[in-house]
Amino acid sequence: MKSGSNLEKVFEKGVFAVTAELGPPKGNDVKVVMEKAKHLKGMVDAVNVTDNQTAIVRMSSIATSKLILDMGLEPVMQMTCRDRNRIGIQSDIFGATALGIKNCLCLSGDHQRFGNEIDSKNVYDLDSIQLLSVLKGIRDEGKTLGGDEVEGDVKLFLGAAANPFGDPFEFRAIRLAKKVKAGADFIQTQCIYDMDRFREWMKMVRDLGLHERTHIMGGVMPLKSGGMARYMQKNVPGITIPDEIVKRMVAAPKGKGAAEGIKICIETIEQLKEIEGVDGVHIMALEWEHRVPEIVEEAGLLPRPS
Amino acid sequence: MIIAEQKPIEEILEMLAPHKKILLAGCGACVTVCQAGGEKEVGVLASQIRVARQEAGNPIEIIETTLTRQCEPEFMDEAKDLMNDVEAVLSIACGIGVQLMAQTFYDKPAYPGLNTSFLGFPEEHGVFTERCAACGNCVLHLTGGICPIARCSKSLLNGPCGGSQDGKCEISKDVDCAWQLIYDRLKALGKLENLAEIIPPKKWITSRDGGPRKIVREDLRI
Repeated sequence: MKSGSNLEKVFEKGVFAVTAELGPPKGNDVKVVMEKAKHLKGMVDAVNVTDNQTAIVRMSSIATSKLILDMGLEPVMQMTCRDRNRIGIQSDIFGATALGIKNCLCLSGDHQRFGNEIDSKNVYDLDSIQLLSVLKGIRDEGKTLGGDEVEGDVKLFLGAAANPFGDPFEFRAIRLAKKVKAGADFIQTQCIYDMDRFREWMKMVRDLGLHERTHIMGGVMPLKSGGMARYMQKNVPGITIPDEIVKRMVAAPKGKGAAEGIKICIETIEQLKEIEGVDGVHIMALEWEHRVPEIVEEAGLLPRPS
Repeated sequence: MIIAEQKPIEEILEMLAPHKKILLAGCGACVTVCQAGGEKEVGVLASQIRVARQEAGNPIEIIETTLTRQCEPEFMDEAKDLMNDVEAVLSIACGIGVQLMAQTFYDKPAYPGLNTSFLGFPEEHGVFTERCAACGNCVLHLTGGICPIARCSKSLLNGPCGGSQDGKCEISKDVDCAWQLIYDRLKALGKLENLAEIIPPKKWITSRDGGPRKIVREDLRI
């Protein structure tokens, strides 16, 4: 075992893994974290704690991860390259693992142009692939990037993101191979709505044998309304939503949009379970943590292995 | 070359408020080419300032000149005599020129009339784009002659990130994704295998991050 994390154990057992996302509050209100975490307990194998997602200032992913760890949930701490240089990153990893955090998802991070501090300086000292390699070096060789011996034993299950819907499409599987080579033990994909393109990407991934070297989790995000579907289709870079999905969402009767979004999400999970090389699902229910239980239950993913 | 653009006239007028007689100095190099600080712009800006000050009932005298270059000490002589007669200089060179003016004419204020924007070239008439971040450690041989440091919004060395779509960057549909350009160029050159290799963490010490930079060429020293 690389980390002994629950998520790693679930993959080892060959069980279809389930994770969900938890967005920390825009402040230090612990109650918000507790309320969100409450809905996820027993429903998922691990909970992703976002790191100032969309470049909006929030409680740190390390602190939030520790809070949910104390509540008996397993965190996947997200770590972006936007806000810290290699000194900060390695220091935070020492701190996070000392606090008992065992999973880390390595991301480049949304550009600050999306957030509420657009005048900030960004760091990007490392990129996400380099971040993976640095953390792998700390874990497997006990060495920092600069070559110093690590005091202690850093156990981490390393994750990375992959976007089958970004361009250039034909390069995406090759880039995933770089992430696997750099150290990604598991992969979470961008939200899947375009199943045809996802299947095509998975084929390229299998052709490279990557599904045997890492655990791929399909990303899903329930749409909340026809308006949201249309907005995302037009305006969110790196996400593609087929017209038929938008049509289904728009056609839902007033007040039934959310139910239709959840239905689509469950159908997507059912399809993911059948795709060779997909080892789990990551549910990104933005500010909808309370709807995760019904998705997990109706997708036939309960009970979770203990 | 260095691309610059003129500061808002209000900001320039505020800087010049305490003065009655100034030198307005253009530069014959980069800023002439990007039409921000050459002889023509000296003339136009001088007129704008004179008119504004006249209207405010506080006229100002402006001596106009354009140096061959403001970024080399030897050309400072061209402004020497003119500087004797003025209270201050408004330089519409890049930041290098303003600083050399300040250093050379130590007892008189030198004000910047431009914002020094970036290192780039005119992509089409009136459109200038950034090409080099002067990081001091060139990677263009690895990236198809397209700089990811200057042209990727995140300066990624192993891009593109998930935000690349239809050839555009996640920050704006008006920004090309540098990594799409890199991919296309390497494909055209039959060198896509370059991209399968992980580029290791960069040595930013040669960049501004390593502190102010200096090159000493012993072979050129007298």
